[in-house]
Amino acid sequence: MSVSQVISSSERGAGESDDRILRYTLAERVNHWIAGLSYMYCLITGLAFWSPYMFWLAILVGGGPTARSWHPWFGLVFTASVLWMFKIWRGDMLTTDADRAWRKVMPHYIRNEDENLPPIGRFNYGQKLFFWLMLYGAVLLVLSGLVLWFPESIPWKLRWLRYLALAIHVTAALATIGGFIIHVYMGTAMVRGGFTSIIRGEVSAAWARLHHRLWYEQVTKKRFEEK
Amino acid sequence: MTQATLEISRISGHPGPVPGAGVKREEQVCKLIDTTTCIGCKACEVACLEWNGYTFNETVFNNSYQTMPETAWNYWNLIKFNEHEREDGSLMLLMRKDQCMHCADPGCLAACPADGAIVQYANGIVDFQQDRCIGCGYCMTGCPFNIPKFNPSNRKVFKCTLCSDRVSEGLEPACIKACPTGCLHFGTKDDMKELAETRAKQLRDNYGFENAGVYDPPGVGGTGVVYVLHDVTNPEAYGGLPRDPHIPWVVRLWKGPAKWIGNLAMLFGVVGVTLHYLRYGPKQVEGRKQGREGEP
Repeated sequence: MSVSQVISSSERGAGESDDRILRYTLAERVNHWIAGLSYMYCLITGLAFWSPYMFWLAILVGGGPTARSWHPWFGLVFTASVLWMFKIWRGDMLTTDADRAWRKVMPHYIRNEDENLPPIGRFNYGQKLFFWLMLYGAVLLVLSGLVLWFPESIPWKLRWLRYLALAIHVTAALATIGGFIIHVYMGTAMVRGGFTSIIRGEVSAAWARLHHRLWYEQVTKKRFEEK
Repeated sequence: MTQATLEISRISGHPGPVPGAGVKREEQVCKLIDTTTCIGCKACEVACLEWNGYTFNETVFNNSYQTMPETAWNYWNLIKFNEHEREDGSLMLLMRKDQCMHCADPGCLAACPADGAIVQYANGIVDFQQDRCIGCGYCMTGCPFNIPKFNPSNRKVFKCTLCSDRVSEGLEPACIKACPTGCLHFGTKDDMKELAETRAKQLRDNYGFENAGVYDPPGVGGTGVVYVLHDVTNPEAYGGLPRDPHIPWVVRLWKGPAKWIGNLAMLFGVVGVTLHYLRYGPKQVEGRKQGREGEP
């Protein structure tokens, strides 16, 4: 069941219409930004460890040793945050028949021909893919990261674990970076209204109708019934 | 390098070869460890501790001379003892002084992400610069000999320096100076290789060690420490000396092709979304019905 709900008229100031719909609760927004900021810290410091040409990024956040000390801790924060998302959004993130129909005509979405897309629920198929990518990515990153955090405690006979962890950490990081680039682009530049929705929590009814018709119908019906 | 202006490499209008060219001695330094004459006295361990300012670590007793299992961040030089049973049933007490091998192709250096934390001097010594070290431990993963060790109190990694401070003053490393049997030698790589081969031949010809040979593994480009072994076909018997050490292929892949593939992929991602924006622009909701009048 969706945790979204329509803000009732009584909560809003006089003169404002019921046109705004709550898309993300305060808890969801706070958690999203814990995940987002901790991910960005890990990204900046991780890129510094990744390439000598990006080592200057570590200087920006306090220097190499500091970056090395904090990177795993922020990784734990990110993982915890993503696991909490899993707890609350798991149901919303399963692929539905509507998603399968949407997926078939996804090029329309990419070309901004949204009127040609079938109606979908609270999240579209791309958002769901991103969610699962980050969830599995976080799990792989934290497991391999634990080995990389304490390499001195991995016995020499089990050194293959270090090699394996390195390969997994790099692969998972690159995969999440790919998703992250698309996510940030779509959330800020491409899908107008998306960024304010994760800041203030609300979207317009027109936005909800265009992008998430099934979800819109679900929440407005609920509002109608409540009245 | 400053003295290099005194060396002439080409002369105009000069018949024949350049006088003095090609006579300079090779500058690669090398430590030779003859395991066949080591008596396991651990004088090298004491000298290493003394010179580098460390004290003895707590020892363990497990019914052997091995009072410490392996080198530590503050114990860079350790003799590995192995009671080795030969095929004919006779026993050999193998003793090998373990320390950094100073690889020509160092795995620690390849793996290190910190600018200038690991350097290789022109004479072949591989040295850690702890003030640049960020404590990530990648060097421990890159090393095929299990040498770099982590100091948890200051989060830096340490290892044998081949006494780079002594060598730069024209002195031999502390361990060499302390060795009472002469099983340790120090000099140029060429000289040490020659001495080692001479000793190995002696062992083969006069002492019945048919497999005696020199350990200078090519997988890491050769090492700044070479061993004479009674049986070069079984280096593992000498406290786990790897038969064919090389930088782990994961580290090679990670620092090589993966880096470029990853960087290109990230670049394509950023360029891709930028191009998408230039071609298709944003998804506007409000402008669709109200804002743009006159449009279909």
